[in-house]
Amino acid sequence: MDPTTLSLIQLGIVFFGLGFLGRLAGRIGMSPVPLYLLGGLAFGEGGLVNLGGIDGFAHIASEIGVILLLLMLGLEYTAKELVTGLKQSWMAGLVDLVLNMLPGVAVALILGWGPVGALVMAGITYSSSSGIIAKVLGDLGRLGNRETPVILAILVIEDLAMAAYLPILTAVLAGVSLLGGLTAVGISLAVITVVLLGALRYGHMVSNVLDSPDRESFLLKLLGAALLVAGVASALQVSAAVGAFLLGIAISGGTAENATRVLEPLRDLFAAMFFVLFGLNTDPRTIPPVLGVALILALVTTITKVATGWWAAQQQGIGVPGRARAGAALIARGEFSIVIAGLAVASGAVPKELAALATTYVLIMAVSGPIAARYVEPVVRLLQGKKPEPAL
Amino acid sequence: MNIEETPLPGIGVRRELRLATGRRIGVVTHRDGHTELILSRVDDPDACAASIPLSADEASTLGQLLGSAQLVAQLSAEQEDVSGISTHQIMIRKGSDFAGRTLGETQMRTLTGASIVALLRGDDVIASPRPDEILHVGDMVVIVGTDTGLAEAALILQSRQ
Repeated sequence: MDPTTLSLIQLGIVFFGLGFLGRLAGRIGMSPVPLYLLGGLAFGEGGLVNLGGIDGFAHIASEIGVILLLLMLGLEYTAKELVTGLKQSWMAGLVDLVLNMLPGVAVALILGWGPVGALVMAGITYSSSSGIIAKVLGDLGRLGNRETPVILAILVIEDLAMAAYLPILTAVLAGVSLLGGLTAVGISLAVITVVLLGALRYGHMVSNVLDSPDRESFLLKLLGAALLVAGVASALQVSAAVGAFLLGIAISGGTAENATRVLEPLRDLFAAMFFVLFGLNTDPRTIPPVLGVALILALVTTITKVATGWWAAQQQGIGVPGRARAGAALIARGEFSIVIAGLAVASGAVPKELAALATTYVLIMAVSGPIAARYVEPVVRLLQGKKPEPAL
Repeated sequence: MNIEETPLPGIGVRRELRLATGRRIGVVTHRDGHTELILSRVDDPDACAASIPLSADEASTLGQLLGSAQLVAQLSAEQEDVSGISTHQIMIRKGSDFAGRTLGETQMRTLTGASIVALLRGDDVIASPRPDEILHVGDMVVIVGTDTGLAEAALILQSRQ
C-alpha cells in the first residue's frame, strides 16, 4: 500500500480510538491522559498492533503538542499572578520542591541511573498536574474553599519552577559541558526574567500585535508566533516548551481569553498525539519489571504531596479537614511528568526503563489523584468521628 | 461591609464576606464570565456547603433581588410620611422601546408625574440620573410617584414596538 494511504488509515484509527477513550474518561470523571498512554502502549512496539506508518506525523505533532500545552499553561496566568504567587508562597513552594524531588532522585540513584536520571526523575515526581487539579477542584465545588488559593499558589510556583527546570534539563540532556550548561541556564534564566518583567509592563503590546477580530487570522498569528518563539528558544538552547510558556505569559487580558478558546481544540488534538507517541515508544513488556518500584514511588510521593499541602494549609491557619483536602488535591501527576520523561527519552540520555517507570507512575498518579481528592473528606470525617452527612 | 477578595490564579477571583454568624458567603467569578455562589459550611468554615453555578443573567437578577430590595426599603422609609406617594422599580427588558435611548426621551415626569430617582445597573447605583443618561437592557429603574403615576410609568417603560 502507498505509505501515505497507510498513514491516513492508521491516523484515522488512532484519532477515532482516542475519541472513544476521551469520552470514556469523561464518563467516569477522570483525566484522559492515562487512557491515551494506555492507547499508545497498545499500538506501539510490543503492543497488540504495531502502527509504524505514523511516526513522521506523530513526531512533529507531538512536538507541537508540547508547545501548545505550555503555551496554554502560560495563558492561564498573568505575570502579576505569577509574581504575587511567588512572593506569598515561596516557602510552601520550596517545601514542595524539596519533599517531592527527593523521592525521584532517590529512586534514580538506587536504580543506578546516575545524576542525569536523578534530575529527570526529580522533575517527574515533583510536578503536580495543574490541569487535572484545577478541574477536580471545580468539579468538587471547592473553588470557594479557603484552602483552594493555597493549592493554586503551589501550582503557580511549580509552573514557574518548570520554566527554569526545563532549560536546565534540556542543557543537561544535550550533554553540553559544564560551562556550556551554565551558559545555557544563565541565558534562559535571564530570558525568563526579562520576559516576566516585560510582560508586567508591555504585555498589552504583545497582545495587540497578535490580536485580531478575525478568528482565522488570529489563529494563524497565534500559532505562528508560538512555533516561531519555540523554535528560536530552542535554537538558543532554552527549551522550545519554555519559549511557548513565556509567550503565553506575555499575552494578557481579553486576548489571552480568546487565545485559550481558539487554541483549546488544537491543543487537545496535538497533546493527545504527544501522549500516544509516548505510549507508542514505550514497550509494554518493560512495565511489569518496574511495577513494584512505581507502586512504592507512588505511595511515597503521595505521602510527600499530602505533607506539602498539609503544611502549606496549616501556615494559613486552615483547620484539619482543609489541610487534608489541600494535601490530597496535590497528589495528581500527569501531563508535565510525561513531558519531562518525553524530553529525556527523546534525547537518548536515559535508560529505556525510565520511560516505563514514568508511564507506570503517571498512570497510577493521574488515576489515584482525583480519587484521593474526592474521598479524603469522608475519610477525615470518619477519623474525626463526625457524621459523614454534609452540613448546610 | 468588608469584602475579602482572593485571586484564584488560572481560574478567576473570589469575593466573599463574613456573616454575623461567622459563615462566609460570596461569589467566585470565573475568567469565562460565569459565576458561582458559595456558602461555607457550619461545621467546617474552610469548606463550602454549596457552590452554585450561575449564568451571567441569573447572577445579575439575583443581585438585583438582593440589592434593590434594600434600596427600595430605604427610599420608602424616607418617604413614609408622604401619604399617597410610593416607590416602584421596573426593569428595562430586552426589546423595550427605551433600551439604548436616553432617560429624557421617556418624558416620564411630563406624562405621568412620577420621577425616576435612581438607576440600578449591575453593581452600580446611579442616584438622581440626568436626562441624558442612556438606559440599557437589564437596568432597574427606581420611580417615585402616585399609584396611578407608577402604573402609567410601568406601561411606558415596558412598551414594545
